Amino acid sequence: MEAQVSIRDLTMAYGERVIQKDLNFEIKKGDRFIIMGDSGCGKSTLLKHIIGLKRPARGQVLFRGDDVWALSDEQRQGLCRNFGVLYQSGALWSSMTLAQNIALPISQYTGLSDRETGELVDLKLSLVGLDGFGSFYPSEISGGMKKRAGLARAMALDPQVLFLDEPSAGLDPLSSRLLDELILELNESLGVTFVIVTHELASIFAIGSDAIFLDSDTKTMLDKGPPQWMAKHAQSDKVRRFLSRSDPSKTDPHLTHEK
Amino acid sequence: MDERLRIDTSSLSPTLFLSGQWGQAQGIPDTQSIISSLQADCKVLALDGSGIAHWDTTLAAFLKSLERGLQEKGIKLVADPLPKGVQRLMSLIRNAKPTVNVAKERPNVAVRIGGWGYGVFERMVAWLWLAGMCFSALLKLLFQKQRVPLIDILDQIVECGPRALGIVTLLSFLIGGILAFVGVVQLRIFGAEIYMADLVGMGMLLEMGALMTGIIMAGRAGASFAAAIGTMQTNEEVDALQTLGFDPVEFLVMPRVLALTLMAPLLVLYADLMGILGGAAVAWGMLDLSPPSFFSEMASAVHISDAVKGLIKGIAFGLVVSFAGCLRGIECGRSAQAVGQATTSAVVTSIVLIVLADAFITVLYFVYDGMI
Repeated sequence: MEAQVSIRDLTMAYGERVIQKDLNFEIKKGDRFIIMGDSGCGKSTLLKHIIGLKRPARGQVLFRGDDVWALSDEQRQGLCRNFGVLYQSGALWSSMTLAQNIALPISQYTGLSDRETGELVDLKLSLVGLDGFGSFYPSEISGGMKKRAGLARAMALDPQVLFLDEPSAGLDPLSSRLLDELILELNESLGVTFVIVTHELASIFAIGSDAIFLDSDTKTMLDKGPPQWMAKHAQSDKVRRFLSRSDPSKTDPHLTHEK
Repeated sequence: MDERLRIDTSSLSPTLFLSGQWGQAQGIPDTQSIISSLQADCKVLALDGSGIAHWDTTLAAFLKSLERGLQEKGIKLVADPLPKGVQRLMSLIRNAKPTVNVAKERPNVAVRIGGWGYGVFERMVAWLWLAGMCFSALLKLLFQKQRVPLIDILDQIVECGPRALGIVTLLSFLIGGILAFVGVVQLRIFGAEIYMADLVGMGMLLEMGALMTGIIMAGRAGASFAAAIGTMQTNEEVDALQTLGFDPVEFLVMPRVLALTLMAPLLVLYADLMGILGGAAVAWGMLDLSPPSFFSEMASAVHISDAVKGLIKGIAFGLVVSFAGCLRGIECGRSAQAVGQATTSAVVTSIVLIVLADAFITVLYFVYDGMI
């Protein structure tokens, strides 16, 4: 399978403070790629680097072989149209209805007529199970619905890669499972590559086809591979414990309680 | 009809053949022409998608729209073969929970007028509520073990008072100058230019000093109160205060109201001075009237009570602006747009109420002349 996104020797930093260093991995077409790690390790920051919102301190982000940051600003914006992003809280534009939220990128970037746009918007809403909610404002729907509407907007331009930032955070287990199933279904039917930032174990095992683990102590990735494989064969203790949710206090000196 | 569509009505059951590229660049064909080309007694439409080369969700959108159109006519769509992915998408759509009537109703005119009237009533109740809560919070601050950190109140005082000095200086100086200029031009007709000093003194002390300060406060403090409290409302920070047993009025509103109401008369006094200086400057420039003569002429016309009248107006404006700003913030909805609306509404309400209060107080002074 060809690599859709390649990360080479990536170092991320805010000013002098290094978040993660020496990241190397590839996301292949059709993957459901999980970025996991402990809280504050820079998962969302990594996402921002891949989608071109933040410039790497060092290293490269390649999309289908092109160095994203070597391109001109215009080219990069064009490239970003291949990406769809679902932000943590949906990030729907509050002054617009759900239908307008989804229609905006479609009407800006395609030559489709109003009827065609309307039909597409209708379809995207029904794909995420929000048929008939087009005229609602984001403030009028629940958190789970906002997530799904955000997903519909992220899919507006039929992107090749969909980035989801903690899609199941703040959802109940049932809704979060439905969302996982939706992600699987969309991945398999549309062939979209998913890159998912999460630390929900259930989601990681249910949908992940490949993954990396970022560590906040060593400030680099500890392991990569399919989650199931990682859970058993990861070289690092921390990764195996993370994926089996076992008590860290016995082995990890950082987390040992004072006695 | 689109070249990607071919309909064969010759056989017993009509068949629709799809072919070619289905992407956003190619668009979505209108389904109406297909449906209208079918005969009235048609019960089933077969769909053959074996010729499709490339597809994305536009194909699914087309199928969804076709299926719905056919359904209205009682025609069943049998789609086979289709690309496997499209089949899965279509079943995903069909399996989605049917949403029961979620269309929003628009109320009729009578209901809307009634709602508006009730809204006005609620507004007034809300003002009274906030005024009462503020007053009780102030009493708590004065007579009980105080809980609001004094530093919060000090912060607000610095924000409302000293930080506004620059803009107050600039605007009041200019307004004083404009008053003087207009006065000179008019009074020159009667050869009574010297009385422009009276005009500047009376104008600034009674009216312009307070009014300009009020409008500056509305734009600076009023907008900032509404935006700050509104954003806290959006971020559930206000809820967090409440759940920990803190009264948001005591913690957020009262310090701001207190700060602005304390600072308002000082700012008015300062604006008066700046305006008079502006007038003196114009007098010097245009009439060659030295500042001492300007001030002695002005002193013969204005009385200390005029300045007090202006200060009282300033206090009223400070109250009005801080109440409007805080109330709009407290009532703010939970979205970015709502914060914007709250801010706009705070400034507009403040300015309208400032002018209304100004008119009311001016008439009051006129009726009870000589009481101060």
